[in-house]
Amino acid sequence: MRARLLPLVAVTAAGLLALTGCVANATGSDSPNGALTVDSSADACTLSAAEAPSGNLSFTVTNSGDQVTEFYLLAEDGLRIVGEVENIGPGLSRDLVVQLPAGNYLTTCKPGMVGDGIDKTAFTVTDSGDDVVVDADLDAQVEVANTNYAAYVRDQVAQLVTGTQAFADAYLAGDDDTARALYAPTRAHWERVETVAESFGDLDPQLDLREADLEEGQAWTGWHAIEKDLWPADAEAGFAAYTPEQRENLSGLLVSDTETLNEKVQELDFTLAQQTNGAIGLLDEVATGKVTGEEEFWSHTDLWDFQANIDGAQVLYSGVRDILLEEDAELAADLDAEFAALQSLLDAQRVGDGFTLYTALSPAEVKAFADQVNALGEPLNQLTATLVL
Amino acid sequence: MTDSPAHAPDAHAPRGLSRRGLLGLAGAGVAGLGLGIAGDRAALAVTAPAAGTNAGAVYPFYATHQAGIVTPAQDRLHFAAFDVADGTSRAELIELLRDWSAAAALMTAGKDVGEYGSVNGPYDAPPEDTGEALGLPPTGLTITFGFGPSLFQTTAGVDRFGLAARRPAELVDLPHFPGDMLDDGRSGGDLCIQACADDPQVAVHAIRNLSRIAFGRAAIRWSQLGFGRTSSTSTSQATPRNLFGFKDGTANIKAEEPAALTEHLWVGSDDGQAWLAGGSYLVARRIRMTIETWDRTSLREQETVIGRNKGEGAPLSGGTEFTGPDFELAGRADEPLIGTAAHVRLAHPGQNDGVRMLRRGYNFVDGNDALGRLDAGLFFISFQRTPATFTAVQLNLARHDALNEYIRHVGSALFAVPPGAAQGSYVGAPLFA
Repeated sequence: MRARLLPLVAVTAAGLLALTGCVANATGSDSPNGALTVDSSADACTLSAAEAPSGNLSFTVTNSGDQVTEFYLLAEDGLRIVGEVENIGPGLSRDLVVQLPAGNYLTTCKPGMVGDGIDKTAFTVTDSGDDVVVDADLDAQVEVANTNYAAYVRDQVAQLVTGTQAFADAYLAGDDDTARALYAPTRAHWERVETVAESFGDLDPQLDLREADLEEGQAWTGWHAIEKDLWPADAEAGFAAYTPEQRENLSGLLVSDTETLNEKVQELDFTLAQQTNGAIGLLDEVATGKVTGEEEFWSHTDLWDFQANIDGAQVLYSGVRDILLEEDAELAADLDAEFAALQSLLDAQRVGDGFTLYTALSPAEVKAFADQVNALGEPLNQLTATLVL
Repeated sequence: MTDSPAHAPDAHAPRGLSRRGLLGLAGAGVAGLGLGIAGDRAALAVTAPAAGTNAGAVYPFYATHQAGIVTPAQDRLHFAAFDVADGTSRAELIELLRDWSAAAALMTAGKDVGEYGSVNGPYDAPPEDTGEALGLPPTGLTITFGFGPSLFQTTAGVDRFGLAARRPAELVDLPHFPGDMLDDGRSGGDLCIQACADDPQVAVHAIRNLSRIAFGRAAIRWSQLGFGRTSSTSTSQATPRNLFGFKDGTANIKAEEPAALTEHLWVGSDDGQAWLAGGSYLVARRIRMTIETWDRTSLREQETVIGRNKGEGAPLSGGTEFTGPDFELAGRADEPLIGTAAHVRLAHPGQNDGVRMLRRGYNFVDGNDALGRLDAGLFFISFQRTPATFTAVQLNLARHDALNEYIRHVGSALFAVPPGAAQGSYVGAPLFA
């Protein structure tokens, strides 16, 4: 895993260079001939060379025109997009790093982002002897992964709706023991799809805002507002238990906002990049909020959230794992190992149906979690660059 | 500008300062003659400039405005907030400010503190100056003083120094911003000192000696070392990078914009409390960056969050670093090239009723936390005519900024920075007049 980082840093941003599983000993042979420049002006799309050897190629696209431009590398049929960079503002440069097998291609620029592109020019990739695997028909696999993930999100949110109703009922009835017991297991459904839930504007703050995130005068609603009422032990001096009216208001909003969320996820579908970035986002949630014990400030049930975030990331990863195996088996092996290592750390903290409270973890145990999150995070964050052009 | 570099230090030392100080000043007037006088670092610098280009730069302490604001930002910072000791009287507070001013005038001129300095005093007494800057040029040292809200009135409402009536209405603790995770031990303070220099040892020497002078009257509440200025305050300076690797502060107010300084930086004589005219408000925020998470985000995400490209610092709408951002220009799917949550958009004056501030922050790395993450970030410092400017911009950022995922505000303080001291007087004298 550490070795993977080096070629990435040394060359450029895109993870394609890390495809060491497919490219025979690419080191050293790719850099001198790999760099090409593209000048995208108002009426021309000029490449520094008309051919290049197969392997990792880098196109530095400079927009010398005065409109936003795009650069496309097309297959010989002029239709299939092999690589693209979009949204290059006037005067800016952006790199396209792509792994190309030998063959005939077309290049074109699209100043103003309209039309078919200008200056369509043949571009030839000669055989350098590097073995570049041609993409199999991945579209079908990607489609399956997208459909499966959309179904998973709907299922989790449906369970969240049911669980939230039960939790709200108990809380409203004053059955605090039941409410406390339902709190973390119910929230797990939210945490598993947290990055999706966060994409709906105000719903996320209404449902999941922490007290520190409030601005002065802002009303506090959602899970954590109720959490404080249920676990007031760490509350500031003078904190008063909520009145029945407050309980009714908070539990009512929690239920109705969750129902709104449920409606919104029905029509969702996902791109491959949204899935890979979703997995990355979930792990970032773990790294910034759960490992530090900031998320469940009053109940200290951070490990439940931790597990749920990992569940969600694992589902996302599993959905694209078959595609990854073809693209980069070594990265897949890394991820398998790091996910397993993190899970074994979590399993060691299982108590009954749940986990150790965050406050009962030793500093060494927290440190071990943080280290393993980093260990998983580094390869996981290569996923988008490896799978998505 | 009264803060422009002068290579000959001020020839007038306040009376009663020290014999040592006067000797040093006399020497510095003529380059080279001062060499024979121990501790006269400005004079030494004339013949032996250090590696930095600014090694010999000297900014006079006595000036219309305090130095260290529009002064071209030096490379290093040592910032300290002090609490005045219990039982200190108004007269003792004034005496402290007099002593601090005298010492600051000496140190910024490249001289040792006190009558005898580091090595020329009585053999059986501890040296007056701590000595670690001996032989070092002043490297553009500036020392800037400020007064916190609690100096005027404690949170319990106690008016310790008879200043409550002279407190500017705006000088109150900043509000809680969404996401603030402030540590009381890194926030607030009765007094502050910002020491900036191109040599870290020179900046530390300043705070160390001023702290020593204050013992018994005021003690350090918190302090912060900074390296790598993150803003340029003059058009003569290149824009530096913060620890996210991006250029920061491109659209800062610059010393070369006198009208903007008057409008946005200096407190006017009609702004409220007359004693603060020609001064400014200093906001300090310790902003922790979760750089480990940031470092594994894609270049696309990093540039999207900031709204500039990483290489040159040009806005994503095109052009070069100093091209104004075009927030309307749309790319694919009609989405603006600079996203609605991009930092450059939310922080831009055009999105904040035209208000501007002068930023003067520094990077910091204070070891690591218990999880093995670098305790790194930006020690944000801004100067503005009213704290309301900062509050408005920060509220906008705290609500919407995509960067919030990677930063955490952990320290906060606000200080009124009085105008510069006149010859023979001391910093803040109009407040006590």
